[in-house]
Amino acid sequence: MERWRRITVRHRTPPADDVAVVLTRDGTHGPVIHAMNAAARACGIDVGARVVDVQAIFPDLHVERADPAGDYKLLERLAHWARRWCPWTVRDGQDGIVMDVTGAAHLFGGEAAMLRDMATRFKMQGLSVRLAMAPTRGAAQMLARHGPASVVCDRDTMMAQLAPLPVAALRLSDDMLRLLTRLGLKTVGALADVPRVALMRRFSGLAEDRNPLVLLDRVTGRAADPLNAPPDAQVWLARVRLAEPVIDPVPQLPALAEALCADLARAEQGARVLRLTIYRVDGEWRSRDVRTASATRDPAHLLRLLTGKLDGIDPGFGFDLLTLEALRIEPLSLHQDHLDGSRDAGRDVAALLDRLTARLGPEKITWSAWVQSHLPERVESRVPAISHRAAAAPVMTHERPLRLLDPAEEVTVLYAVPEGPPARFQWRRVAYHMARFEGPERIAPEWWRDKPGTRLRDYYKVEVQDGRRFWIYRQGVLGDRRGGDPLWFLHGVFA
Amino acid sequence: MTPDSQLAQVISLSDKRLVKDVPNLHMAPHMGSAILRDALPDAPFDAAATGFVLACLPDSKDPVLWIQDRMSRRENGRLYGPALRRFGFNGHILRVEVSHPRDVLWAMEEGASCAGLSAVVGEIHGAPEVLSFTATKRLALRAESSGVPLWLIRSGDHGALSAARERWRLRSVPSGPNRYNAQAPGTPMWEADLFRARGLAPGVWTASYDGAAGRSTDRLSLLPRSGDGALAADHRPASHAPGG
Repeated sequence: MERWRRITVRHRTPPADDVAVVLTRDGTHGPVIHAMNAAARACGIDVGARVVDVQAIFPDLHVERADPAGDYKLLERLAHWARRWCPWTVRDGQDGIVMDVTGAAHLFGGEAAMLRDMATRFKMQGLSVRLAMAPTRGAAQMLARHGPASVVCDRDTMMAQLAPLPVAALRLSDDMLRLLTRLGLKTVGALADVPRVALMRRFSGLAEDRNPLVLLDRVTGRAADPLNAPPDAQVWLARVRLAEPVIDPVPQLPALAEALCADLARAEQGARVLRLTIYRVDGEWRSRDVRTASATRDPAHLLRLLTGKLDGIDPGFGFDLLTLEALRIEPLSLHQDHLDGSRDAGRDVAALLDRLTARLGPEKITWSAWVQSHLPERVESRVPAISHRAAAAPVMTHERPLRLLDPAEEVTVLYAVPEGPPARFQWRRVAYHMARFEGPERIAPEWWRDKPGTRLRDYYKVEVQDGRRFWIYRQGVLGDRRGGDPLWFLHGVFA
Repeated sequence: MTPDSQLAQVISLSDKRLVKDVPNLHMAPHMGSAILRDALPDAPFDAAATGFVLACLPDSKDPVLWIQDRMSRRENGRLYGPALRRFGFNGHILRVEVSHPRDVLWAMEEGASCAGLSAVVGEIHGAPEVLSFTATKRLALRAESSGVPLWLIRSGDHGALSAARERWRLRSVPSGPNRYNAQAPGTPMWEADLFRARGLAPGVWTASYDGAAGRSTDRLSLLPRSGDGALAADHRPASHAPGG
């Protein structure tokens, strides 16, 4: 909800705080409510209710779509960010982070001070959090979700604090919850008071994550409940620190590129996107990005890509730190040249692509991409060669010109009204006389794409007297009620 | 090295030159060798040069680097991909569209040093200053050292200095007869004028695309024009006809 609000603020004015806003996700029978703001909660709306039902009760409800995938990604990022407090953190369900702060709290001035620090820093990000600290992971999860705000409990007071919580806090399945409620065990305390032997006998055949006794043991610390934290994201970074600030970064580059490539080679990876950053002595920094067509870890090649990029960087009073980071990597195993000593042609082309793209820009170097269309100018589009692969051209049934003018140029034509071939025409201030012609080939507008009122085209292949062959079309027919007299255009030149 | 062996070397060299460089009017040019060639369209907006170059490109799976500057894009239009199959070209074209002729020359030089390309074609309109004799000499040497054929299509330029090993002037001539429609243009025909070449006698040919040629280097049928009175009489008046 808060992420939605932050994103919305960036693009448009969000609704006022006292307007009930709900975010929806797709349910079995239409959209259901995924999250809501405080005003909506005050109205008594529940998560999981159908949107149409709620709208019937509150007609002026503000409804937006939720983005669970984005939330998930944010939570993953937050879990890594939370490693500022302790080394082991892991995402917990859809809306929580578990941190193992064993031995880390004293660095922040004690447990209570650490919780305050966490609350402040999450609030600075625009996120509200409920925090709890407990000796076991399960107890902390229960207290954070169901207990009082920012609670710190130790081993002695833990059971007393957990006892009033509902059994649902144990994360039991629905049927187990119903069973326990039917048995009258409504709080964790009530469940803990039942003799262990009786519970063990009653729930003997159940899997570990459904067995209330096992879950309770994990919470109280009788059973082990380790944290399986994902590893830190690896940063592929090479840096050069200089004792004295210098102006020219070029002499430092070979060492940087070699260090980075050695790291990549050890992990059998190659870089696709590189960023070179210089940190100036006055605290400013400047960076340049370089992309490659295929994964590479050849220092000489990286150097060649980087050398032209540094001209525009203003070094100021000099810089004392230079980093080269591989932002995107791909697996790249060792590559063997052919037995006869010749190199792989595909790798040469990829290296050429990198060099051209680094100097001219990615949109200037293109492959053709093919679109199913009748209109000649739509058939071929261009995609950047650095990120796409070449596709084979379609087989055309009709002859097409070798060169296409983009856009087509208007010509003045003398022709037999209404549908005759162009007998004489004038293009770029030169008059041409038709010697032979072929056509017309009629290409109708694509009604599913074009604006209504677009006129059809009749294409003629016209050979003039000296042998040049042009592709001319008449836009529209006289009397098609889509404009006045038809205009003529020259669209291409045949070989 | 003894004087004898030096002498022997000189003799053998001159022998080779004698065998290789005999001017032969009837010898058709060999398009497969990796040299720099100029293609000069004789008339504006004439795609004959483009068609001729396409028919000369080797049939290979490796891509062709095709570089165009802004003026030639505006004057002559872009190369249109769906038409390439008609000239027997089934490979991929890596297009580079730059604004300045300087970048065309730079990209051609980069491409010429890349053995993974089957050919490099550059298009420059007019006679810009950067396209000097020295620049073409650089390209020619680069092509010969790397083994990639280079083509330079120079539209709107009639005979500025160039170090290209072969210089062709190309022009469309009235096409061949259409088998199904007497009114319609048929097989495209071009007049190919080789006006400067190294190791070859200049000549004029009537060229057309020959799909059944089956050669690995080009798909051209070159019909000698020199001395063929009937063909010359047929085509000369047409090329000077009004309306061109």
